[in-house]
Amino acid sequence: MSTDSESERTAIEAGEASNENGIVKRWFRLVFRSIKAHPLPHIIGISAGNLFSLVVVGFTIVLGRVTDEVIIPGLDGGGVEGRTILGGFFAIVIVGFIRGFSVMLRRFFNFTAVEKTKRTWRLGIIDNLLDAPRAHYWSRSTGELLARVDTDVETATSVLMPLAFSISVISLILVSLISLLIIHPLFFVVALLLFPALAVLQRFFVRAVEDPARKAQALIGEVSEIAHESLDGIMVVKTIGRQNQELDRLIKSSERLREERLRIGWQRSVFSPLLYHLPNFGILVLLMVGALLVDNGSATVGETVQAMALFMILTLPVQILGFMFQEMPRSVVAMDRIDEIFSIDKVEYRKDGEVEKPVDVIFNKVGFSYPNENDQQVRQTVLEDFSEKINEGESVALVGATGSGKSTLVMLMSGLIEPTSGNITLGNANVGELGPDFVSDHIASVFQETFLFASSLRENLTLDADVSDSDIYSALQVASAQDFVSELPQGIETIIGERGVTLSGGQRQRIAIARALLRKPSVLVLDDATSAVDPKVEAEILQNMKKETNCSLLVIAHRLATIRLAERVIFIDNGRVFASGSHDELLKIDDYANLVSAYEDVTT
Amino acid sequence: MTFLDGHDAIGKDFEDERQDLDGIEEVGALNVLKRGLKASPELKAGISLTALMALAVAGGKLLVPLTIKEVLDRGITTSGVNVNTVLFFSLIAMFLSIAGMALGKATYYRLAKTAENVLMGLRIRTFEHLHKLSIADHVQARKGAYTARVTSDVETLTQFAQWGAIAWIINSIQIFAVLVIMIVYSWHLSIVTLLVHAPLFPVLRWMQRRQLRAHDRVRSRVSDTLSVVSESIQGVDVVRSYGYRQKTRSKLHHAISDQYKEQMVAQKYFSFVLPITDIIGVAAIAAVVGAGVYWGPDWGVTSGELIAFVFLSNLLVMPISELGEVLNQTQTALAGWWKVLEVLDKEIEVKEPHQGLALPDSPLDIKVEELDFSYRTGGIVLDDVNIYIPAGTSVAVVGETGSGKTTFAKLLTRLADPTNGRILVNGQDLREIDSDHRHRTIRMVPQDGFLFDTSVIENVRFGRNDAQISEAEEAIDDLGLWPWIEQLPEGLETRVGERGESLSVGERQLVALARAQVADPGLLILDEATSAIDPETEQMLEVTLERLAQGRTTVSVAHRISTAERADLILVFDKGKIVEKGKHSDLVNLEGIYSKLYESWIGNTREV
Repeated sequence: MSTDSESERTAIEAGEASNENGIVKRWFRLVFRSIKAHPLPHIIGISAGNLFSLVVVGFTIVLGRVTDEVIIPGLDGGGVEGRTILGGFFAIVIVGFIRGFSVMLRRFFNFTAVEKTKRTWRLGIIDNLLDAPRAHYWSRSTGELLARVDTDVETATSVLMPLAFSISVISLILVSLISLLIIHPLFFVVALLLFPALAVLQRFFVRAVEDPARKAQALIGEVSEIAHESLDGIMVVKTIGRQNQELDRLIKSSERLREERLRIGWQRSVFSPLLYHLPNFGILVLLMVGALLVDNGSATVGETVQAMALFMILTLPVQILGFMFQEMPRSVVAMDRIDEIFSIDKVEYRKDGEVEKPVDVIFNKVGFSYPNENDQQVRQTVLEDFSEKINEGESVALVGATGSGKSTLVMLMSGLIEPTSGNITLGNANVGELGPDFVSDHIASVFQETFLFASSLRENLTLDADVSDSDIYSALQVASAQDFVSELPQGIETIIGERGVTLSGGQRQRIAIARALLRKPSVLVLDDATSAVDPKVEAEILQNMKKETNCSLLVIAHRLATIRLAERVIFIDNGRVFASGSHDELLKIDDYANLVSAYEDVTT
Repeated sequence: MTFLDGHDAIGKDFEDERQDLDGIEEVGALNVLKRGLKASPELKAGISLTALMALAVAGGKLLVPLTIKEVLDRGITTSGVNVNTVLFFSLIAMFLSIAGMALGKATYYRLAKTAENVLMGLRIRTFEHLHKLSIADHVQARKGAYTARVTSDVETLTQFAQWGAIAWIINSIQIFAVLVIMIVYSWHLSIVTLLVHAPLFPVLRWMQRRQLRAHDRVRSRVSDTLSVVSESIQGVDVVRSYGYRQKTRSKLHHAISDQYKEQMVAQKYFSFVLPITDIIGVAAIAAVVGAGVYWGPDWGVTSGELIAFVFLSNLLVMPISELGEVLNQTQTALAGWWKVLEVLDKEIEVKEPHQGLALPDSPLDIKVEELDFSYRTGGIVLDDVNIYIPAGTSVAVVGETGSGKTTFAKLLTRLADPTNGRILVNGQDLREIDSDHRHRTIRMVPQDGFLFDTSVIENVRFGRNDAQISEAEEAIDDLGLWPWIEQLPEGLETRVGERGESLSVGERQLVALARAQVADPGLLILDEATSAIDPETEQMLEVTLERLAQGRTTVSVAHRISTAERADLILVFDKGKIVEKGKHSDLVNLEGIYSKLYESWIGNTREV
């Protein structure tokens, strides 16, 4: 669904954009930003492009003169001297070489400018994302953010590729027209009739394929969506016997895709021979006009040849211009999406702050709500008026039904997000003002979704912090991870993930716990961090922690055994503290008793 | 998590592609073409007429130099200009040019139509084939790759068909036609042209090899960047709350800069290939002019022929350089094509019978005889399993991960066929039973609870192909799920999201159970979820399951104590064999595997 709506949205946006007048203006801005960021390669590329224009016309002049002074006298007249032939030969070679060289320069520097621009924008997006408020990640999927860095940058810069060539095309057309005018005004008139016709045709073609191209794009999304869903859920498709229905679904979309593509194909089949043959037509007209002019002595055969050669060269650049116009709407829309990231203000935190002893965590009337996905005006409340205190060294279990706000509390404590009302203090320091970097020295959280990087275990454990090997091993020991880690081929140097060893869910969780322990935090937070660990091992880990560490412990768990290990239980309901006390005390409350008794039967 | 999986697959796919690009040089373009032709009958349809038309189109491109030659040699001579001759030839050429346009239109459209038919056929056949493959071929790691076969690989081919393939057809014919005309005009000058062009081929080949390698490296750098970026997004909480932000920043900057550097290497080739072709082309013109004027009188070359040669050289250079530009695209397209063809060559192991047997609408009995199963890659999963399950029994299958219990369940629904032995349902070999009957009467509820991205009620209705909405509602009613449905934001019409992820794991299971109820199967196979389900939903699930199981034979791959405790029969799997069987009360004191499993279950939840 997401690919579908994404591509559809892009298509619609592109469509809207193309109707807008401001599109050329926005394109100018985009180009200007790139030039401003990397002026040198752009300027060399554009200069080389203009050199190319001059040389191309120069080449046709050389060809014309060689015809008149070497070929015609050499073959139809009385012959020419060897020196003249050699002169003609070198004239062609030299001009040809310069032409080739200018193309090389243009391509190389234009490309360099484009690649440098891409790098600059990518780095900018990344930097902004890293410093953006955490909440910005909620409203966008990973795929969407990846697209900003990847495809959007590619699409936005795609209009820069033909930039130097396009600019040189304009000068090429001007120089050509002048040189035609110099040869004979009649040749100039033929050109004046032909080139606007080509440009108009090109424009018509782009217009004509706009609609089917947009629809095809959306249909590609639809087809991908079907294939993705159907193969992803192949097990269910097979068990409920829906293969034929799935196939029908794909066939229908594929057929519609084919129809749209054929509409494009039809347009292309009309325009592309036309675009090819129209200049040929012009050349044939030139040939007739030229013959008449030669007849009455106002032009030479060589000049006619020169004019014809010019026509032949001019067909391609017109198409390049067309391509750039075609890409414009898509590019500026992609640029807008990139700018959306650029416009995110980074979060600033206070630079200084101290944590005083005792390191208690105090929740002071904490409230948290976030805007509804569909209606930004409506806010969904997660926490309300939440007040609690976790004393230094205390172990607390947080119990509550799904959606009661437990995980949000963890995020707030880590400084990842800020409360909408109230505040959280850590030994008198305000967590919200000091931000996650500051908090990370004191609180270590193991989040519900275990996240490990696709790199070595060591890197995953240390996360660039300066810790000794013996610390690593003792943390692994506490997290009951030393056994399986020592069995890995390279121990803690083993690469895990995509290109390395795959760990099981329970193993991953234990690594995440060891990572937190390594920070020697004052407060350790475990958000359902042992759900995939064998109950026996879980008990072992918790016992180890009790023995080896003296930090405060906040644990969210679904297993009775884990809850019982805590000195105190906070029962949270609908974002508020419902009750707090020992497990046995709380059992007197019906809601609590019901909830934890349901935990009993759940095992893995 | 889903995304991560998807991304893993993308990463793997890039690696696939890299290997395949190496592989494709060994396989050879011709072999791909041969196999591709076999797989796509649409390609052959009317191919000879199309080729003939393409030849005519290429011929049309030679009109101008041909006319120039005739006009210069016959119309404009040293003795003066013969206007009538000039007009005659020019007008004929114009007429032919119009005809060429019309023919060009017809040819391009024909080519486009063929291409679209071929691609659609290929996409559909591949999709169909993938669905017929045994579940053993659909391992998690390959999912992304398989999806890519039907989507991005076919799209790559489409892009190739729209430009590269047409360029190959028209340009190679054009090169051939130009060479023929050149030889007709003057074989001497043709040799001169060919001699000058000769060094181009080894140079181009050398550069293109390097260009391909460079592009490969770019691709892998791009995939590296994407991995690092997606890591930094998905792991944002860890990155921030562990003070890992600066290191992450530098990792990202490195990845992006590395990608840039590799791009710059690759683009060098891009910058040089075309100009080199162009320079050689100009050198050829210079050589033709020089040699043509110097030796022309001896070789019998006319001025018209020589000037036509200049234009013809241009018509030779253009297609050659265009082919140089499409070579990279061609290579990628061939690699993509090959990958698709390889999927089509994968043998379908589960073959449906022509005239299958029917199954009754009552509880079914199962007899498993000497059942073995191992994967294509080796590795024995099930080893000589024998068991009889009477109709109406509820069976719990227990065992450690990798003991073969899930595979056993999959074989019962014929998601794969046994390597040896057989499974009899209602006394009939499972392989002989009609697929429609099997889908309806033997129903498995897999543990991942995958739902289609539509409404709850539609998902329930998918339980049986001809089920009406009312029947789906009835099923929900039978299972007592209305209270749950009513608290959903839009009731029955609530959209479940991609894979059903707008619902919780437990809720997805509820829908999956209702889906099974619609089919009203005689044999129900349940793969219980291992992931944590919130207690409220858990309780609801248990009640629902009980209702669903009533009056059916059920086989549950059990992860819960209660399931095993309640079962009429427990099968304990270990290393692919059934090692213990019996009721809970029989097994629990046996001091065998079951009692150990039970102890670890119970010990950590009820007693501590």
